[in-house]
Amino acid sequence: MWAYVVRRCLVGVALIMALTLITFALFFASPVDPARFACGKNCSAEQRDVTRAALGYDKPFVVQWAGYLKGLAVGRDFPLDAEQRAAAPDQVTHCAAPCLGYSHLDSKTVNEMVADALPITASLAIVALVMWLIGGVLFGILAAIHQGSLIDRGVVGGTLVIYAFPSFAIAVFLLQYVAVKWGIVPLPRYTEIADGGLWAWFSNLLLPALTLALLYLAGYVRMTRAFVLESLSEDYIRTAKAKGLKSRTVVFKHALRAALTPLVTMTGLDFASLLGGAIITERVFTYHGLGMLTVDANNSSDLAVLVGIVLLAGMIVIIANIVVDVLYAYIDPRVKVA
Amino acid sequence: MTSPSNSFDDGPFLVVDDLSVRFPTSDGVVSAVSNLSYEVELGKTLGIVGESGSGKSVSSMAILGLHDRRSTELSGSIRVGGDEILGKGEEAMRALRGNDVAMIFQDALAALHPYFRIGKQLTEAYLAHHPSASKRDAEKRAIEMLDRVGIPQPDMRFKDYPHQFSGGMRQRVMIAMALINDPKLVIADEPTTALDVTVQAQILDLLQDLQREFNSAIILITHDLGVVAEFADDVMVMYGGRAVEKGPAKDILVRPEMPYTWGLLSSIPDVEADTNAKLIPIAGNPPSLLNLPSGCSFHPRCPHTGKVPGNLCSTELPELLPARSGPTHFKRCHLADPEAVYREEVLPEIAPDLLEEDR
Repeated sequence: MWAYVVRRCLVGVALIMALTLITFALFFASPVDPARFACGKNCSAEQRDVTRAALGYDKPFVVQWAGYLKGLAVGRDFPLDAEQRAAAPDQVTHCAAPCLGYSHLDSKTVNEMVADALPITASLAIVALVMWLIGGVLFGILAAIHQGSLIDRGVVGGTLVIYAFPSFAIAVFLLQYVAVKWGIVPLPRYTEIADGGLWAWFSNLLLPALTLALLYLAGYVRMTRAFVLESLSEDYIRTAKAKGLKSRTVVFKHALRAALTPLVTMTGLDFASLLGGAIITERVFTYHGLGMLTVDANNSSDLAVLVGIVLLAGMIVIIANIVVDVLYAYIDPRVKVA
Repeated sequence: MTSPSNSFDDGPFLVVDDLSVRFPTSDGVVSAVSNLSYEVELGKTLGIVGESGSGKSVSSMAILGLHDRRSTELSGSIRVGGDEILGKGEEAMRALRGNDVAMIFQDALAALHPYFRIGKQLTEAYLAHHPSASKRDAEKRAIEMLDRVGIPQPDMRFKDYPHQFSGGMRQRVMIAMALINDPKLVIADEPTTALDVTVQAQILDLLQDLQREFNSAIILITHDLGVVAEFADDVMVMYGGRAVEKGPAKDILVRPEMPYTWGLLSSIPDVEADTNAKLIPIAGNPPSLLNLPSGCSFHPRCPHTGKVPGNLCSTELPELLPARSGPTHFKRCHLADPEAVYREEVLPEIAPDLLEEDR
């Protein structure tokens, strides 16, 4: 078991290295001069060279990549140029491991920017996940046990209609009507648990999380329905009925237990990709999460930030994959990890 | 334990009378079982034999009420311990299932839940009908049953998952689970099909021992007449959802009077048989239950229709009438003297040695 986890983690590290390589290659393929954008508007040629040296953009590709990997592993100090650091020791910024980079435009490490944005995105993702899982599994089972009936068609059709709406339409509707016109909930403003307590945190997340949850709901209803129907047709369900178990036990214990395995995989991966930022939802509700950070970095061509976020999102997916695979061994006793 | 047997004194424990099972589909009505009647006494074994789709499993599922009520039409009568069960409510059927009537399924790997420990699956079966029993009682009972069906170290294996057992051991677990509530009627649906021959014999012996011990009635569903020969008291041969021949096992095996039964007998491989004996498969395919052949359902595959005057075989369904060998032996065939045909045409082909012994 542990050997398996260690091996998977090693593979994960290799994948992350490959990911940095690809992101870097894209970075270099970009037609913009990173130093020009990092230096900002009204930047003289000399200033630009200073910036270039500060960020190490004057070095060859491989050296930059190695430097970045080193930053990920042990951290590094900005500006990268040793002379510049010696000239102005008070302006040196230490970027601790895993260092994702340095935004010259904001004069902050990418880590600091992520540290501000990630809790917002993570809060959104967690609340949305709980909502879509509960809704998806319950409605999915409801549809499955009433297969072919009006309830089944109503549930599947209804979630499909919601799914057909683009997320910005749902987000704008919820914001405009539920919050502004009807005043059912206050205008969502991200509130940290430390500031306003659990309820303030949650109630402010309600609408944006609901937007995201509705987006995933249709898929989860359909999948739960399909998996439960599949397991309901298995021989062991017939056995469970033949034992004289109550139909509630048969569905919620025997059938759902088997349907859980594929659901866990899906959930893990969807959650991971959601942690990379929900651009549209965050934008409509002006939540400054990773999605907004990405949009802002893109607008100002802050390549260092973009590289950092792409890597972070990739790492989250890789980690989620490992977690899901390890969970699998617990969920399905037939799976032997070795 | 409460059971319908309190109100039941004599006569067969299970009486199936004129049972028909139909599934209306968009393509038409599937007549899975038509006008089937049989009975099983406590302590006796009825072997139901037939090809896939002959209605043998469908009819026994009806006894447990396992069909989807919305998509199944049932008619006739099924009496368990003197109690009519067709038309009973879901809760009453649930109380019956696994309690008075239990089922052993084929392919225990698929029939046991892969994610639950077998101990849990066994105790669950016990607790479903003993709601007041404690978990410890249920565990004790489960381990006792595992021990009874011959699983070594039952208290250790109790915690294992189905995939950690061998095929034969898994089938033993299945049997332990079926018998945990002392059922009076056990329906074994091809219990040995997924097993190899030596293990088959062990499982059948075990079933027989347990039957002697608990005096339960057994319905053994199989397509293997060899299994029936060793194990069953009575045999019913089914074809196209109907009984085509039934009676005491000895009569059916020694003096069969229906060409389909002859076909089944000809297709049993026997390692000890005369080397001149041929293994003759039955030509053609099982009939479509959506559109059964007219007259005798077997006539399109029957090599003996020429011996029946006119087109009787294809126009008229033969009645299930007493055969020559005895009053409890019934067959559904138009042949005037099926015994003669069997002796002169079938036996020399399939078992020449048997014929010589007789002479």
